[in-house]
Amino acid sequence: MSDERTREPVVTPARVAIGLCLIAPFVAMLWVGSYAKVDPAFIGIPFFYWYQMLWVPLSAVLTVTAYKLWQRDQRGRAGSSSASAKGGASE
Amino acid sequence: MKDGVNGVALAVFIFFFLAVTVMGFLAARWRKAENEHSLDEWGLGGRSFGTWVTWFLLGGDLYTAYTFVAVPAAIYAAGAAGFFAVPYTILVYPLIFTFLPRLWSVSHKHGYVTTSDFVRGRFGSKGLSLAVAVTGILATMPYIALQLVGIQAVLDVMGVGGGEDTNWFVKDLPLLIAFGVLAAYTYSSGLRAPALIAFVKDTLIYIVIAVAIIYIPIKLGGFDDIFAKAGEAFSQTNPATGKPRGALAPAEPGQWTYATLALGSALALFMYPHSITATLSSRSREVIRRNTTILPLYSLMLGLLALLGFMAIAAGVKVTNGQLAIPQLFEDMFPSWFAGVAFAAIGIGALVPAAIMSIAAANLFTRNIYKDFIKPDATPAQETRVSKLVSLLVKVGALVFVLTMDKTVAINFQLLGGIWILQTFPALVGGLFTRWFHRWALLAGWAVGMVYGTVAAYGVASPTQAHFGGSSKEIPGIGEIGYIGLTAFVINIVVTVVLTFVLRAAKAPDGIDETKPSDYTADAGDPGVAVELPPATAGAGH
Repeated sequence: MSDERTREPVVTPARVAIGLCLIAPFVAMLWVGSYAKVDPAFIGIPFFYWYQMLWVPLSAVLTVTAYKLWQRDQRGRAGSSSASAKGGASE
Repeated sequence: MKDGVNGVALAVFIFFFLAVTVMGFLAARWRKAENEHSLDEWGLGGRSFGTWVTWFLLGGDLYTAYTFVAVPAAIYAAGAAGFFAVPYTILVYPLIFTFLPRLWSVSHKHGYVTTSDFVRGRFGSKGLSLAVAVTGILATMPYIALQLVGIQAVLDVMGVGGGEDTNWFVKDLPLLIAFGVLAAYTYSSGLRAPALIAFVKDTLIYIVIAVAIIYIPIKLGGFDDIFAKAGEAFSQTNPATGKPRGALAPAEPGQWTYATLALGSALALFMYPHSITATLSSRSREVIRRNTTILPLYSLMLGLLALLGFMAIAAGVKVTNGQLAIPQLFEDMFPSWFAGVAFAAIGIGALVPAAIMSIAAANLFTRNIYKDFIKPDATPAQETRVSKLVSLLVKVGALVFVLTMDKTVAINFQLLGGIWILQTFPALVGGLFTRWFHRWALLAGWAVGMVYGTVAAYGVASPTQAHFGGSSKEIPGIGEIGYIGLTAFVINIVVTVVLTFVLRAAKAPDGIDETKPSDYTADAGDPGVAVELPPATAGAGH
């Protein structure tokens, strides 16, 4: 996804980690057999429902991790030049 | 349903409705730029929205009144199978994290307003761009109609929808008024109106859900009781099918359906023109990435909302039309004034997406049909005027649809719309990452996907309908029941890839690509991007 292909490798450990963070929710949610059951229930809510709802914050945390890793990756690549870090300044 | 009008609830509803109407008209002055007669201003809010405005706008846009009514209604009707909306929205965010920032960048660099603009620029093909635009408009129209169905459901429960025997004009008058107001402020304020109203809508929705999820279970004796009662109700045999009504967890055969529906819907969501309109109105690439990390809050809300379907069963809500289950639950459970707040939340929840959808459809028409095929030398002011008019036409079309045809027709078309819109994925997302696909192959893949999806959906029967009875069918070659849209999508990709090989080998003429690799990573502040940002408004917050 970057243009600095001259010096740095395209696949780095950080990028593999970003990929895993983004793929994990797909594996978890599409493997329906792993959670299609009623027990154990949580405050009366069957497993099927609370497990999937638990994945909402989990996937959010994973996306945030991917976002942070990506920002660091881009900053590292930009090196002394500025472009990509700018967006982070405006809240 | 109770007889008569619920006066207190109606008064609260009208109060909120008037408040957002005033906001809608005042929105025209919010963050006003000098050049107000451009499509960037009217149709994209000046491309100036920051993280929070974008969050409210996207939330208000994607989680519609119909969602609030239909998701719990699906749970109420069949249990676990209706819960697929939750994994669906979980999968959306990691997905858009990867491709939306690229679309934002290239659109800002080249001034694209719609996805079709991008497809035309990337592949140099007006035909492909037209296919994407027409698909977008076709898929959006029934979606707008369903928002009106959502308002109708609320009006019905409040007792102002009228019974079956009332005069049609009296019966539909509240809907006509709501509609007229919506059309007027969208016309005058453009995307700024739904952006501002989205604050009210989402605040109300969050309050209602938070109260509902605590208050109703207390009244019903806790989740244990709720699910025990629901489980009992689901195990009863449905006389129409001879099978149990539903289940608390999907059985083996239903799991493919569940997974393919979640995945297919997630892939389709950001192909819808209204999602893209809300995305392109944000002021930087970072706003989008940051949003993918905070938007899941809406998924959580959706999950809680879905649980209301079980509460409706446990509370003994009996409705023939499942759409009325949740409004009826609110009416039964809440004191009148709070039921009014809840109804207002749903009603306003219909106005925001309906406004954005009509703007998005109008932008598609103006940019990719009017400008490309009818009047290539249209000025920005003419474009804006056409867009405003078309946004009205689109809404009138939706209204006529709802008033003249049965509700199931709107739902059938919405179901088809989801299948159709997914067929634009290879051209759009494929195009964002690679120029390898051939434009003619993409067009052929799209056509095959559209035809397969439509024919397959036509052939699905349900106990109540001979055609369009559902969105899932046996997947050819696998034999499991899966979402038709996803099957059509896979066929679409296979056709596209095979034909690309053939066309490349035959050296078929490739269109001109007006984009550069660096356009896809450009951010606000880079040369050529900064000029489009209105000065002074960008840092003003909200």
